[in-house]
Amino acid sequence: MGRRPFLVSAWPWRAWAYLATACLPGALGLSVLAADLAVGGGLAKALIGLPLLAALALAGVPMGRVERWRLGLIDPVPVADPHRVPARPGVRCWLATRGREAATWRELGYAVLFVTLLWPLDLVAAIAAVVVPLALLTSPLPVALGAQRGLWPGVAISTPLQAAAAVPAGLVLLVGGAYLVTALAAAQGRLARRLLTAPAQLGVQLAEVTQSRARLVSAFEAERRRIERDLHDGAQQRLVALSMSLGLARLDLPAGPAADQVAHAHEQAKLALTELRELIYGIYPQVLTDRGLAAAAEEAADRSPVPVELGFRLDRRPPQAVEATAYFVISEALANIAKHSRADRAWIRGELAGGVLLLEIGDDGVGGADAGRGSGLSGLADRVAVVGGSVSVSSPPGGPTALRVELPCP
Amino acid sequence: MPVSLRVVLAEDGALMRAGLTTLLSRFGHQVVAEAADADQLVRAVAEHRPDIVVTDVRMPPGFSDEGLRAAVALRKARPGLAVLVLSQYIEKTYAGELLDSGDGTGVGYLLKDRVGDVAEFIDALQRVAAGGTVVDPEVVRQLLRHRRDPLERLSPREREVLALMAEGRSNAAVARALVVSEAAVGKHIGHILTKLDLPPDDDDHRRVLAVLSFLRA
Repeated sequence: MGRRPFLVSAWPWRAWAYLATACLPGALGLSVLAADLAVGGGLAKALIGLPLLAALALAGVPMGRVERWRLGLIDPVPVADPHRVPARPGVRCWLATRGREAATWRELGYAVLFVTLLWPLDLVAAIAAVVVPLALLTSPLPVALGAQRGLWPGVAISTPLQAAAAVPAGLVLLVGGAYLVTALAAAQGRLARRLLTAPAQLGVQLAEVTQSRARLVSAFEAERRRIERDLHDGAQQRLVALSMSLGLARLDLPAGPAADQVAHAHEQAKLALTELRELIYGIYPQVLTDRGLAAAAEEAADRSPVPVELGFRLDRRPPQAVEATAYFVISEALANIAKHSRADRAWIRGELAGGVLLLEIGDDGVGGADAGRGSGLSGLADRVAVVGGSVSVSSPPGGPTALRVELPCP
Repeated sequence: MPVSLRVVLAEDGALMRAGLTTLLSRFGHQVVAEAADADQLVRAVAEHRPDIVVTDVRMPPGFSDEGLRAAVALRKARPGLAVLVLSQYIEKTYAGELLDSGDGTGVGYLLKDRVGDVAEFIDALQRVAAGGTVVDPEVVRQLLRHRRDPLERLSPREREVLALMAEGRSNAAVARALVVSEAAVGKHIGHILTKLDLPPDDDDHRRVLAVLSFLRA
């Protein structure tokens, strides 16, 4: 806020903007409410109106969103969204989650209060705080020209004496209006914060849990890299050296049982090397670190039994955590496609635009992928949620299946 | 016995470095310098002007792909320098970058595992030193799993032939591997070159181009 005197700070302006902008969501909300009540009520006998009326219960959700955003005008403390992220993608789960949340009902209460009472009050206050002082302050002008300045039906400033008194009165009202407007905005801001945001304690706890989850995943990722490095520097190197020694020994051994034994040991060592290489790749594909997501996806596609078409448009590399998550999504999705889809072909598109990495993965298989039936989809959604991303799946029986993942990329 | 090659060996693992030095000298080749990181490699090449460089992909300081990057840079700076990269990765990204550096001759990309098959490894080393192109069969197999155009135009037999060409085999060796006559192999190769729209140039270079298009597709 700084140390500037209140009257020359930004606060009166911000408070005034908060009140003045209330009329936009207010009037819109009131019209929608009225229209919904009229149409829904009129059709209620025909039953089709009932869903329209039921939808009103959720009217507070979008209103709460807008109002939380508007609250930023007068309240520098960030406002937490009080809603939970639905456990699964899809409209049904979203409705069930919202219906059970207290936040939804608090928002509805706020919305009713706001559209019926608060916004007209705000509008009147915002206009009065500017128009009345201005009318008084400028009154000497019409009076000097021989006219008068009307204030109210039957009340007007017409003499120079009245005009001379009107100017200081206007100044007082302007200053008083600034305080009044700010007080009104502050009171409404407190009300909005009380009703529209998560209770502070819970919000703080939630932020802590979210952060600790992200820390856990990142520690888990770091551990995978460490294991990959240890296997690469240790076991893999020793096995290669062993295989080399056995190979050299075979050169010098005359044919016989000893040579056969060494040959057998050599074959085992080579098989172990092949298995170890696959294991290491599975733990962490180094190509992801070295060459990024598009190259790693291409390699994953090469390993997929279903042919995969790739299209990546990434003009920079996403942060490491996002890249790792995106790779996880791709390899899980390809594994699902190979296991369940019976698809002939699949495709992966990746695009980084506007601070969001968008992944679209699809196949022409039988569809019917369901997050609820223990498929990899719920694990995938969990993993994506850690970096604040979202997953949506469309997989009607008969296909095709399309997976859409958005990952925020700061 | 072919000529003794002067080798610069870059490998950060002491165990591997010692093993490879023993192996190379066992076959009459000489390791003129050993390097434990990419900088040492570049310096050793400048100092010793070897016949061939054998390098690991992953090396200090970043333990990423410094060895591969050094190999690519060396090939750009010194056309004609033979480079054999030993890798832990069958991912085609790495092999493709290496083969794209220079004109595609005198270059090899082998899995580290191959050093166990000592005779074949030395054979590959000599072929690369002589200007050949060698790609690990495992990498080739990975490439063959889903080929998109223009390789889709090739018949399965032609793809087999191309895969063996990519391993750096001669016509005679391809014929032996597929149990067909050398003339039949020559015919297959002719078809492959035509189907891949390779210009009628001298035959060796077209072979290399065929292998490169195979890796890039």
